Amino acid sequence: MSELTLFLIRMAFLAILWIFVLSAISVIRSDMFGARVPETARGGAPAPERRGKPKKPRRGSPTHLLVVEGDGAGTRAELADAPLLIGRGSDAAIKLDDDYVSTRHARVVASGDEWFVEDLGSTNGTYVGPVRITQPTTIGLGVQVRVGKTILELRK
Amino acid sequence: MSQTGTLMGFVHRRRRGAELFLLVLALAVGIGAYAAVGLGVEGVVPADLVGYGGWLTGLIVAAHVTVRLVAPYADPVLLPLVAALNGLGLAVLRRLDLTYEANGVAQHTFARQQLTWMTLGVILFIAALFLLRDHRALQRFTYTSGLAGIALLILPFLPGIGRNINGARIWINVAGFSFQPGEVAKVMLVIAFAGYLVLHRDALALAGRRVVFIDLPRGRDLGPILAMFGVSMMVLVLQNDLGSSLLFFGLFLAMLYVATERPGWLVVGGLMFGGGALAAYTFVGNVQRRFDIWLHPMNYYPGTSYQPVEAMFGMGWGGLIGRGLGDGFPERVPFAYSDFILSTIGEELGLTAVMAIVLCYGLIVERALRIALISRDGFGKLMAVGLGAIFALQVFVVVGGVTGLIPLTGLTTPFLSYGGSSLVANWVVIALLLRISDQARRPAPRLDPVDDQAADSESTQVVKLR
Repeated sequence: MSELTLFLIRMAFLAILWIFVLSAISVIRSDMFGARVPETARGGAPAPERRGKPKKPRRGSPTHLLVVEGDGAGTRAELADAPLLIGRGSDAAIKLDDDYVSTRHARVVASGDEWFVEDLGSTNGTYVGPVRITQPTTIGLGVQVRVGKTILELRK
Repeated sequence: MSQTGTLMGFVHRRRRGAELFLLVLALAVGIGAYAAVGLGVEGVVPADLVGYGGWLTGLIVAAHVTVRLVAPYADPVLLPLVAALNGLGLAVLRRLDLTYEANGVAQHTFARQQLTWMTLGVILFIAALFLLRDHRALQRFTYTSGLAGIALLILPFLPGIGRNINGARIWINVAGFSFQPGEVAKVMLVIAFAGYLVLHRDALALAGRRVVFIDLPRGRDLGPILAMFGVSMMVLVLQNDLGSSLLFFGLFLAMLYVATERPGWLVVGGLMFGGGALAAYTFVGNVQRRFDIWLHPMNYYPGTSYQPVEAMFGMGWGGLIGRGLGDGFPERVPFAYSDFILSTIGEELGLTAVMAIVLCYGLIVERALRIALISRDGFGKLMAVGLGAIFALQVFVVVGGVTGLIPLTGLTTPFLSYGGSSLVANWVVIALLLRISDQARRPAPRLDPVDDQAADSESTQVVKLR
C-alpha cells in the first residue's frame, strides 16, 4: 500500500470524525429551542375531541377518588366528573374539613389514559408518597395522595 | 421554573430522525476506523469487516429502536456520541491486538472481548430503558442503593473472590470473569446522593450555624450522607485506588454544591482536597513518587516514568494529524489498551482526533447538564448532574494524566479503553440519562387551565331571568 493511499485514508477518517462531531453540534444547535407550539395549542382551547363523549373506561382503570384517611374518610367522587377539585371551598368536588387544606388545594385531572394530580398553589403542599409535588404528577391505582392531614387514593 | 418550556412557547421535538442520521455517521466512524486499521496494519481490508460491521450496526440499531419505542423524547445526541466513541475504541483495540499478536504477546484478544462486553452493555442499556419507565422510581431506593454501593466497594476485600491486580485491590473474580464493582458502585452512589439531597437540601442549605464564612449544616442533616461518603472514601483509600477516590470526592462535592446552591462548599471542598493531597504527599510514598514523575519525568526514564514518557514521545511523534493507524509504535506504552488508549490515538491519529474525542466527552457532559436544567423534578436534576460530573471528572483525570497536565492516576477512559465493568456501567449510565431526558423533554401534560376567576366572578354575574 503506497504512502499516499495511507495518507488519504488517514485524512478521510479524520474528516469523517470531524463531520460527525460538527453534525452533533449542529443537531444540538437546532435542538436548542425545540419546535414552536402552534397558537391553537397554546391558546388554552382544548382540542375538540376531548369534549366528545367520555371514553368508556378500560378494565382495571380507576373509577373514583376515595378519602382513605382523615376527617372525611369514606368521601368519594366519581372520576367521570373530572377534573375534580380538592379543597375546603364550597365548589370542591371533595370537600375536606381539614385546617391544613387550602380552599382550592389540588385537583385530579385526566390527560390521555393517565390521571394526574396537580397542586393549585396550596399553602401546605400536596404529597404523592413522601414527595411534595411541584408539577402535575401521574398517579395510579392505590397511590396515596396527601393533602393536609387527609390521604386520598384512586380506586377501582 | 417547572413551566419554562411552555412559557417560552416551545416544546421539545422528538428528533429521532436526527439521532438516526448521527448514528449512521457514528457507525461510519467506528467501521471506517476498523477498515483503516486493517488497511494500515495488514494492507488489506479486514476479512471480517462485513461480519464485524453487521454486528456493530445490529447493536446500535437495537439501541436506537429501543429509544424510539420507550423513550421517544430522549436526547438525540447522547446515543450517537457514545456509539462513535465505543466504535473508535474497538478499532483502536483491534489495532493494538494485531501488533500484540505479531509480537507474540499472550493477551491479544482485547477487541473481541470488548465487543462481547459492549454487547452485554447494550443489552443492559435496552433492559434499563424497558424496565425503568420513570426515573423517579429510583428515589425509593435511596438508602438501599447507598448500602449496595458501599457493599460493592467492599467486595474486593472478601478473601474468596477479591483480586489484587497491578497493586490495586479493586477486582473481584467470579466464575472466571474479572469485574470491577467500583464502576457499578459509582452509579449506585449517585442515586443515593441524589435521593438523599433532594429531600434534605433545604435543611442542609438553611438550618445550621454560620462558621467563619460558610453555613455549616446540622449534624443530623449531613450525617447520613457524610457517613456514606466517608465509608466509600475510606474503602477506596484502603484499596489504593487514587483515581476513584478523587472521582468520588469530586462527585460528592459537585452534588452538594448543586443541591444546596452554596459556593462555600466548593471552598471547603477545595481546602479539604488541598489538605488531603498535602497529607498524602507527605505520608504516602506512592503519591510522592507520582508527583515527582509528573514534575520531572525525564529524570526517571527509563525507569518508573517509562509509561508516561513513552506516551509523551508517542503523542509528540503523532503531531497534528498522526502517523496513520498501524504506522506508529503505541505498543511501546504499557497498558496502551486501557489507561493509555488516548496516547495510542494521539500517536496514530494525532491531535486532530484527540480534540474530536475530548469534544465528544464535552458534549456528553453538556447534554447531561442540559438534561439537569430542563428536568422538572429535583431528583432527576441531581441525578443528571451527578452522572455528568462523573463523566467530566473521569475524563479530566485520565486525559489530564495521560497528557501530563496533572499527576497520573489510573482510571479508564469511558467507552474507549478496554474494560468490561466500566463499559457496561457506562452504557447503563447513558440509559439513565436518556430516561431522565425523555421525562424532561416530554411536553407537560396538557391539562385544562384552572379557571380561578370562574368561582369569583359568579357573584358579580348578571343573571338573566326570564
